[in-house]
Amino acid sequence: MKKFAIIVAAAMLVSGAAVAGDKIRMGTEGAYPPFNQIDPSGKLTGFDVEIGDALCEQMKADCTWVTQDWDGIIPGLLAKKYDTIIASMSITDERKQAVDFTERYYSNSLRYVAKKGSGLDVTKLKGKAVGAQRATIAGQYLEDNMADKVDIKLYDTQENAYIDLAAGRTDAILADMLVNYEWLQSDAGKGFEFVGDSFNRSDIIGIAIRKGSDDLRKKLNGAIKAIIADGTYAKINAKYFPFSIY
Amino acid sequence: MQAETKDLLIRIAWRSFYVLTALVVAAIIYGLSILNYGVIFKYFGKVLGGAVITLELVTIAVILGFFVALPTALMRLSPNPLLRYPAHTFIYFFRGTPLLIQMFFVYYGFAQTDIVRETFLWPIFKQAYWCALFTFVLNTGAYSAEILRGAIQAVPAGEIEAARAFGMSKWTAYRRVILPRAFRIAMPAYGNEIIFMLKGTALASTITLLDLTGVARTVIARTFTSIDVFLVAGLIYVAITYCFLWGWSRIEKRVNAYLSQQP
Repeated sequence: MKKFAIIVAAAMLVSGAAVAGDKIRMGTEGAYPPFNQIDPSGKLTGFDVEIGDALCEQMKADCTWVTQDWDGIIPGLLAKKYDTIIASMSITDERKQAVDFTERYYSNSLRYVAKKGSGLDVTKLKGKAVGAQRATIAGQYLEDNMADKVDIKLYDTQENAYIDLAAGRTDAILADMLVNYEWLQSDAGKGFEFVGDSFNRSDIIGIAIRKGSDDLRKKLNGAIKAIIADGTYAKINAKYFPFSIY
Repeated sequence: MQAETKDLLIRIAWRSFYVLTALVVAAIIYGLSILNYGVIFKYFGKVLGGAVITLELVTIAVILGFFVALPTALMRLSPNPLLRYPAHTFIYFFRGTPLLIQMFFVYYGFAQTDIVRETFLWPIFKQAYWCALFTFVLNTGAYSAEILRGAIQAVPAGEIEAARAFGMSKWTAYRRVILPRAFRIAMPAYGNEIIFMLKGTALASTITLLDLTGVARTVIARTFTSIDVFLVAGLIYVAITYCFLWGWSRIEKRVNAYLSQQP
């Protein structure tokens, strides 16, 4: 009996040791479509999830996903409920004080939308009314760079800015490209389109890990580079967006 | 024994009062010391510019609102149901819904109807300023109508009777006796309504207007100094209210001078 217990214990030790380096629990929110969400069948899907899976395959790691509400997502990482956060988390100085980040795996920039066929030239916005949400990077960009040229309208919510664009009170809306893209895909955004190119990379999104997990960070950074180099990233990107979001 | 207990209680009360006062003073000094004066000085002019819009909105809204309120109040008192019920419904609607919803209804709602968008109304309702003003005029009109209605009903029956006894027609009596008397009765409540309107104009900031609150919020979005800038904005509202109250109470004293003669 005792012998059996020792064998079991030894077996557990060996198996534990064999995968210890490669076992990664990946945390995400599961409520931020199309980046991470739970589909009707209960499966976790989305851009973040597919990138995470691709990274795992690249690292030949054994990965499991853990979902956690957004408010508790950093505390959960620190409490070792999981080892990474792949949940469209912007890299900010405040967060950097609590966690480490990998290199970016995607980014967001600003881009205008306007009525289809409006022929709006984003280099000649003088005298136009341009809307943005207050307290966003887009709103601040307008105030810093366009205050003397355009009539800036600041809204409490992004939704209200779009309603006013549809009503014709504004000629264009400036917002994060991905936010605008999502609206363009919706029914309300049907008669509208992007104008001009994206600019001002405003938001850098990386994978958060506990401070001091340098090994894991190096591995993830290497894997991000690798999936970009071998085209896996572009393939996943194309499933979600018709433009590169790297 | 009982007197001693009373003394002790009084002493405890005074001591607590001193301690509380000291705490409040300490809190104010601490508060003033952590304010970001750089931001306050830099943006003070901008915030004052917002205060001008706020004053403009409240002044026009209250003046036009009065001209909505008076006929509404008279209709509300009319024995004719065709006059009474529309006035009643109008007042009921504006008193029964939040000002914010009324403003969103006008600003976002009107913009989605063809009747507004494809007629002469659009150049007016396209602008947030007129949408806000339109809502404020109707809102304060409805509230003031109720104040005036109450005041008219509070005019002593004897005075109306006296007017009639002089042979005044109904309208002459209204013009010479009832309304002047009703306005005097309405003064305190009307002043209150104007102050409510002053603070109500802060909601205009939600439909892109850069009034006092709108400017404050825009500055905060950039500098993240919410306490500092809101404090300044709040003090400006207090200053406006103080000036208004000072003027209003002088008018009130003057027109109601005959009341203060009583001992």
